[in-house]
Amino acid sequence: MSLFRTDDQTQFAESLGRTLAGFGDGAQRRRVRATPAGFAEEHWRALADLGVLGLLVDEAHGGTGGTMADVAVVMDAIGRHLWAGPYLATGVLGALVLAEAAPALRDATLPDLVAGRHRLAFALVEPQARYDLADVTTRARRDGAGWRLDGAKALVAYGEAANTLIVPARTGGGHTEAAGIGVFLVPAKAAGIERRGYGTIDGLRACDVTFEGVKLGAEAAVGDPGGGFDLLDRVVDWGTAALLPEAVGAMTYLYETTLAYLKTRKQFGATLGSFQALQHRMVDVFTQVEFARSMAGVGRLALDAAAAERRREVSAAKLYVDRAARHVAQESIQLHGGMGMTDELDVGHYAKRLTMIGLTFGDRGYHMARYRAARAA
Amino acid sequence: MDLVNDPALDAFRAEIRAFLRANLTDDIRRKVMEGGYLSREAHTRWHKVLQKQGWIAPAWPVEHGGCGWPLAKQYVFEQEFALAYAPRAVIFGVEMVGPLLIEYGSAAQKARYLPGILSGDEWWCQGFSEPGSGSDLASLACRAVRDGDHYMINGTKLWQTAATEADMMFGLFRTDSSGRKQQGITVLLVPMKSKGLSLRPITLLDGGQEVAQCFFDDVRVPVANRVGEENQGWGCAKFLLSIERLGIAEVARSSAMLNRLKGIVEQPDAHGRRLADDPEVANEIAEIEIDLMALEATEYCMLFDPAAGADLGAEASTLKLMGTQVQQRISAATMAAAGPYAQAMASGLDGDNASRIGPDFAEPATRGYFNLRKISIYGGSNEIQKNIVAKAVLGL
Repeated sequence: MSLFRTDDQTQFAESLGRTLAGFGDGAQRRRVRATPAGFAEEHWRALADLGVLGLLVDEAHGGTGGTMADVAVVMDAIGRHLWAGPYLATGVLGALVLAEAAPALRDATLPDLVAGRHRLAFALVEPQARYDLADVTTRARRDGAGWRLDGAKALVAYGEAANTLIVPARTGGGHTEAAGIGVFLVPAKAAGIERRGYGTIDGLRACDVTFEGVKLGAEAAVGDPGGGFDLLDRVVDWGTAALLPEAVGAMTYLYETTLAYLKTRKQFGATLGSFQALQHRMVDVFTQVEFARSMAGVGRLALDAAAAERRREVSAAKLYVDRAARHVAQESIQLHGGMGMTDELDVGHYAKRLTMIGLTFGDRGYHMARYRAARAA
Repeated sequence: MDLVNDPALDAFRAEIRAFLRANLTDDIRRKVMEGGYLSREAHTRWHKVLQKQGWIAPAWPVEHGGCGWPLAKQYVFEQEFALAYAPRAVIFGVEMVGPLLIEYGSAAQKARYLPGILSGDEWWCQGFSEPGSGSDLASLACRAVRDGDHYMINGTKLWQTAATEADMMFGLFRTDSSGRKQQGITVLLVPMKSKGLSLRPITLLDGGQEVAQCFFDDVRVPVANRVGEENQGWGCAKFLLSIERLGIAEVARSSAMLNRLKGIVEQPDAHGRRLADDPEVANEIAEIEIDLMALEATEYCMLFDPAAGADLGAEASTLKLMGTQVQQRISAATMAAAGPYAQAMASGLDGDNASRIGPDFAEPATRGYFNLRKISIYGGSNEIQKNIVAKAVLGL
């Protein structure tokens, strides 16, 4: 992998951009997001037709055997167009986890995933855990040859639209121990599962999920049911590295939109962009976007490295991109003045998405501690 | 993070490391590490070692005595030198006047001046800024009036680094005031021993005298010392700005300084305590380290993007903006690491300096902190860099 796009990726980005733009303007997309599903089935199919869902799936299962560099192209386009849907948990995390699942389950599910007929959701968050991946209280107990699942997960993005939930659960060990955690693939309609949906601040769709005596087959456990922490840690790093280009795409939109506003909006008989104080602030925004773009690349390249280096560099990239995103989001609102405060303008919606990305898969405190720990390792 | 991982360059990297281990002496290494002034004697000593190795001018074409290396090789070279605290060649000769003459100089000028730059026997300084022309460089007023086959120079130049040690100056002079201010500027090569040229060394915040003011009182320079055409000097000035590409971010030098700081804070004191265990210090170092990663990756993207042209665009100014912030932040953290002893003027201690009871790095750290305030001012202040990006990249 490289920090630079190939010609194929550039073309792919262009056709993706056209497709996403075809989903409507900001107001139209917001109406779609406000529906109970939170996204439109025909948009999902359009993305599947572009081959977006099979990028990380090998050719034997109907995918294209691509890399995270291809995923970054998709996430960047999603960020630029503020599209929302179950792509991350399906095309990225789902593909990653399924590739390591029991062969029968893997072979049955991956082709449907690629075709857009099977969606996954990542049931990671337990409110008491904040961002600590080892803090897992949802329990999976042996039940004959299979498992019995009890507990609750929160903020499961597009959990209502999912066919399968990816659920970290404790099979042994104490509440915050890394040992004794397993990763399970749970049929979303299994008896004993209840899903209660809600919107998120940035217009996405999520739900809380409770598990009460949910019976699972032996094949539900991915890999070692007591030694799944490394898989979980890796999955979250892939998710984090995928969010970074989404943030960069959203920042790019804000940069371009705010710059265009400075060139047209007049006060005191002159365009705002003619005032040096605002020029310099706009240069800072540009700089933050460009540096965040390269740092998102660093986070992506790190996925191929050994665990300590991967943790260190993914956390570094998340810290850096989050900080840049906060700056760009705040400045874009400020430079738009009163209009930046309105729901009508897209600016605020991008700013909210960027801010929520900062609260996903670890905030500053979490990643700073993780970065330092990985560096000392 | 290993951005340049070309196996073909690994052998080259190993060769540089072996060379530096064998040839870089401790006194020079220590001076560079502490950010102190390197005397002309020390510089020349190092220069001769590099010359013997054929490594004086990595970017110059081979026919002019350079290495003619591709960019990736120059990048690795600079990286290894910086990480080992090896000095770079004095920039005014190798990195400025050399490329300027290769691009714009006559055959006679190349034959006369390039050998002295390569041998290190002739030192150069730059004559750009003036008391009335800092950020607004094109407003410069130091006049050169044609008088037969000479130019007669009157006026003053300010902030000339190494002027007291230099043999020659390449300067921008006003030869015409009738049109746009950029149009009447000419590049002249001025021997520093010229009659009528005098210097006033300037003491800076850190106590050193690395710069001077130059006064021209009827200084006569042969027309043969003009580079390019009369009144076309602004193009030369812009050319010099455009070739300041490799190293503008100072990534590798900052990495070396940060490595040193990490070594300092990891040293246990007499009671076994380490500054590195202070969360404030640890977070500050982690943040600098991450900023530096972003700087390195961005510099790499700008230098090696196959989709971009051969020359860096104005967006390279962002490398200077962010690079200077990182350097200044490291120097502030290094001074802070010295604690109260950072206040002491060790060189003012009566008697033997070796009897100091505080840490050795304390005073250089404080001097370095003040000295490095310059980097966001010189070479086009950071505010000017922002103006450049606003105009050329953002279209404002």
